[in-house]
Amino acid sequence: MATYQLNVNGQRKQVNVDPSTPLLWVLREELKMTGTKYGCGISACGACTVHLDGIATRSCVVPVSLVGDRSIVTIESMAADPVGRAVQDAWVDKDVVQCGYCQSGQIMSAVALLNATPKPTDTDIEESMGGNLCRCATYVRIREAIKSASQQIK
Amino acid sequence: MRAAVELEKQVQVNRRSFLQVSAGAAGGLLVSLYLDVPAFAHEGNRAQPAKVYPPDAFVDIRPDGKILITVNRLEFGQGVQTSLPMILADEMDADWSQVIADLAPAADVYKDPVFGIQMVGGSGSIAHSFQQYRELGAKTRAMLVAAAADRWRVSPAQCRTENSVVYGPGNKSARYAELAKDAASKAIPEQVRLKNPSEFHLIGKKVLRLDSRPKCDGSQKFGLDLDLPGMKIAMVAHPPVFSGKVKSFDDKDARTLDGVREVFEIALSKGSGVAVVADRFWTAKQARDRLKIDWDLSGIEHPDSSQLWSKYQELVRMPGNIAVSRGDEKAIDKIAPANRIVAEYEFPYLAHTPMEPLNATVRFDGDRAEAWVPSQFQTMDQMAIGEVLGLKPEQVTFHTEFAGGGFGRRAVIDSHVPREAASIAKRLRGTPVKLIWTREDDVRGGYYRPMHAHRVEVGIGPDSMPAAWRHVIVGQSLVAGTPFAAMLIKNGVDETTVEGTADTSYNLPNFHVTAHNPTVNVPVLWWRSVGNTHTAYVMETLVDELATRARIDPIEYRRKLLKPEAKKLRSVLDLMAEKSAPWRRNLAQGHAAGIACHECFDTAVACAVDVSIENKRPRINRATLAVNCGLAVNPLTVESQFQAGVGFGVTQLMARGAITFKDGRVEQRNFDGYTPPYIMDAPVTADVHIVPSTEAPTGCGEPPVPVISPAVVNALSKLTGKRYRSLPLVSL
Amino acid sequence: MLRYRAAGLAALFVCAFAAWLIVSGAFVHGHDARRTTASRAEGLAAWDQVYSVLTSPRCINCHTATNYPQQGDERHRHFANVVRGPAGKGVPGLNCVSCHQETNADSTGVPGGHNWHLAPLSMRWQDINDQPLSSSAVCRALVDRSKNNGMGGPELLKHNQEEALVLWAWNPGRRPDGSLRTLPPMSHAEFVSATRTWVEGGTPCPQGK
Repeated sequence: MATYQLNVNGQRKQVNVDPSTPLLWVLREELKMTGTKYGCGISACGACTVHLDGIATRSCVVPVSLVGDRSIVTIESMAADPVGRAVQDAWVDKDVVQCGYCQSGQIMSAVALLNATPKPTDTDIEESMGGNLCRCATYVRIREAIKSASQQIK
Repeated sequence: MRAAVELEKQVQVNRRSFLQVSAGAAGGLLVSLYLDVPAFAHEGNRAQPAKVYPPDAFVDIRPDGKILITVNRLEFGQGVQTSLPMILADEMDADWSQVIADLAPAADVYKDPVFGIQMVGGSGSIAHSFQQYRELGAKTRAMLVAAAADRWRVSPAQCRTENSVVYGPGNKSARYAELAKDAASKAIPEQVRLKNPSEFHLIGKKVLRLDSRPKCDGSQKFGLDLDLPGMKIAMVAHPPVFSGKVKSFDDKDARTLDGVREVFEIALSKGSGVAVVADRFWTAKQARDRLKIDWDLSGIEHPDSSQLWSKYQELVRMPGNIAVSRGDEKAIDKIAPANRIVAEYEFPYLAHTPMEPLNATVRFDGDRAEAWVPSQFQTMDQMAIGEVLGLKPEQVTFHTEFAGGGFGRRAVIDSHVPREAASIAKRLRGTPVKLIWTREDDVRGGYYRPMHAHRVEVGIGPDSMPAAWRHVIVGQSLVAGTPFAAMLIKNGVDETTVEGTADTSYNLPNFHVTAHNPTVNVPVLWWRSVGNTHTAYVMETLVDELATRARIDPIEYRRKLLKPEAKKLRSVLDLMAEKSAPWRRNLAQGHAAGIACHECFDTAVACAVDVSIENKRPRINRATLAVNCGLAVNPLTVESQFQAGVGFGVTQLMARGAITFKDGRVEQRNFDGYTPPYIMDAPVTADVHIVPSTEAPTGCGEPPVPVISPAVVNALSKLTGKRYRSLPLVSL
Repeated sequence: MLRYRAAGLAALFVCAFAAWLIVSGAFVHGHDARRTTASRAEGLAAWDQVYSVLTSPRCINCHTATNYPQQGDERHRHFANVVRGPAGKGVPGLNCVSCHQETNADSTGVPGGHNWHLAPLSMRWQDINDQPLSSSAVCRALVDRSKNNGMGGPELLKHNQEEALVLWAWNPGRRPDGSLRTLPPMSHAEFVSATRTWVEGGTPCPQGK
């Protein structure tokens, strides 16, 4: 066990865990933040996506010992983020979700895309979202919602 | 998801202000409406007075005006937590902006009126509960009106309702929230007038989902997210070959980890495994990885894919048990070989892999238990937990959690996941135990869509239409040896093996379908659309091949081949043809159009896809879908189900879309080896067109799935000149 | 008369060869005061060794000609549809560093190293069908300064000695199942030594396509 000081959604959090614990499980179990999901544990599905220093990161494969003082941003803070909010509103407006389990990760990836590329092409969307799995396959509406959010963002 | 304490409070509030609907009355009315029922209904399901399991409310009108409608289904993506409340709210004239929904716990009153158990499956949620929820809404309204009429000393006929308000003569009005208490004391009417469809203000309209925002902001809780005071995490090491047993195990290494609580052997549905209980997920996983288990794998079949295929190829050449026999079984032999097609198909085992890994949480308190399960099979799961714990079902408070997908995986006859959780909880009395299956457990854990072989001989008549059709199917039975066997196995044939072929709407003379249901040591299960997953593929690719041979347009050929009474299929073929004609006539270079149509669960679907080949894979540039599901309760839900359902169906085409066995062991472990469709594998766009209809609503959960694979390969065949009779599509 | 012509030809050949040697930079100065030359033959033999490392999975998986990396000893396409992106670092939402951190994460089975990214297309060692390029083709790519970021012999040696992602190949971490990833066919020291010999031999490349 070791103690880590984490910067989560702008707040300092202290946890005491096995260093090898993936950041995903630190968020979910130590900090009770269950918005970030476990889908596969091998970074193949993207349900666990958070932002580390602004970079979309798959928290299921990053041991907490490798996080350091990088800022961790999770789905829970997206409503307060202008791009995050635009994406969530587009998701609701376009009725994207079905079971919803993958959507935290989809939204985190989409926000990372729009932060870097505010007016993404279809190819940009497909490449950036190409690693996020949705078993309900809501992909058609995900594409539409990203384009819609992109139009809302100044 | 609620903690036990919260639920208690909830129940008390409910008893003060909700309208209790007697299950007897609802059941009685429903019997008369569902006399000709599909597959599952039988004598035993009808007119049974429900036992009372608290809580049993459908509508809770709160003092603040919010209306909580309880949904008697699991919500796992299909949108039922919005569409069922829509139905009730419409008849009730409730203010939709004030409607919230929750998922019913396990209780008799929430059983599917047709199937007689509480469940989601068979695409039956709306089909079976449409009338039920309409009546609930109408009765609630009637009681509110009666209360207002009383208060104003007028007759109910002088009142009208709108947006959660009762209006009386003069300027009288009263909000539902004000009237709820009085209304609760009114007699529940035996008969109510239901709205004329022209009066609907919600049903038939596009209504946004109620659960969108929480699913977008991380606040929606699924079964896996449950957190209870004192809760422990459990994982089970399962035998590497199904039904294997533990011989011995060494947990010394495992127990050195901080936070490991218990390690012990448990019995499984078949065989045994080793359970690990720890404070945290990561601890449990690491501890389990460190276990050294000596397995007894003797005396059980070690499934091996190549051996199984050899066996299936033998079986498929022999007639099986008869599913359908029309006309002359030998007619095909009399047709010249030049006018015969012999087609052999292979379909692999498929895993469901819903996005949320399987889980169940149970707390055993000696004379009671409480369970939280994202379950498609509440009645069965509640019973199973009770059985393991030595309790009656009514002693198990069973909460239905939101599920991250299911596709059939959470409706298991042997309730193996809740049973595992209960077995472990039994040992840790008073402690809530959350059992989690990792993704590896899920991919390797069985309960697959079975592998199948088909062998079809088609004799072609001088008019280019089939003159004889002899069809053998080989695949494991889904229900043999289970309580569902009596219902589904006829003449030694599991109906789910042949559905989609045996009940085809094509006019096939001299039609002979037989099947073999071999026993294999692999647990199997219904996978979204069940038998139609493979039968529709065979029918729609073969029919397409016949059309090509005859040089007849594939849509036209199907029109000719369909029975005249196949009204729904004809309607969707026509609508799809009309809506897709503009782009089908204008295909880009290197693109081809593929067609398929199929009816299952009483809903007909026709599909046209624009396919090209990119990076050696099929690219589905566009799908045009026509649907006949009777009255579309929420056209937005229907649109979503079909746009996305076809994307789910592409699972069957993925290069790494097969579960295979070598020496008894599953060769795949996670999404790297068993890979479902990502965004680029699904259609880029999909336009959905609903045939206008006032007929009773039929299901949309499964009907999208069977059409996409044959449509895509029918297009591919045009591009490559090849026929694709073996799935998955490893190469083109 | 023939003898004189033969001698003259021989002399011409020797001069030409010497000139060629000089032009091709065979005499490397500056990094080592010892006598550090190797023959061309020795250089070619050393190159064979270098080539065997470069085309081993831990190296070649990121030297692709396609818009994706490979993974595993079977060198299949990397899962989750990760792509090269404009700078070989992936794309927003799906960067290399979305998963690959600065060091190996053995507990989750993901390899890591400083600045994890794909080698540029100019440094591809495979064809678009994921087949390794020939020894001569890889060699030519390696010594082409217009392709290798301007590196000459000494820089190539330093790269193989010190570059973090090169060193990673000998410390590739554990797979998710706990097993150690397969190492290159020789130790890092042997690889450096072979590189040195190759450089000292004039970074010769084998003939052929």
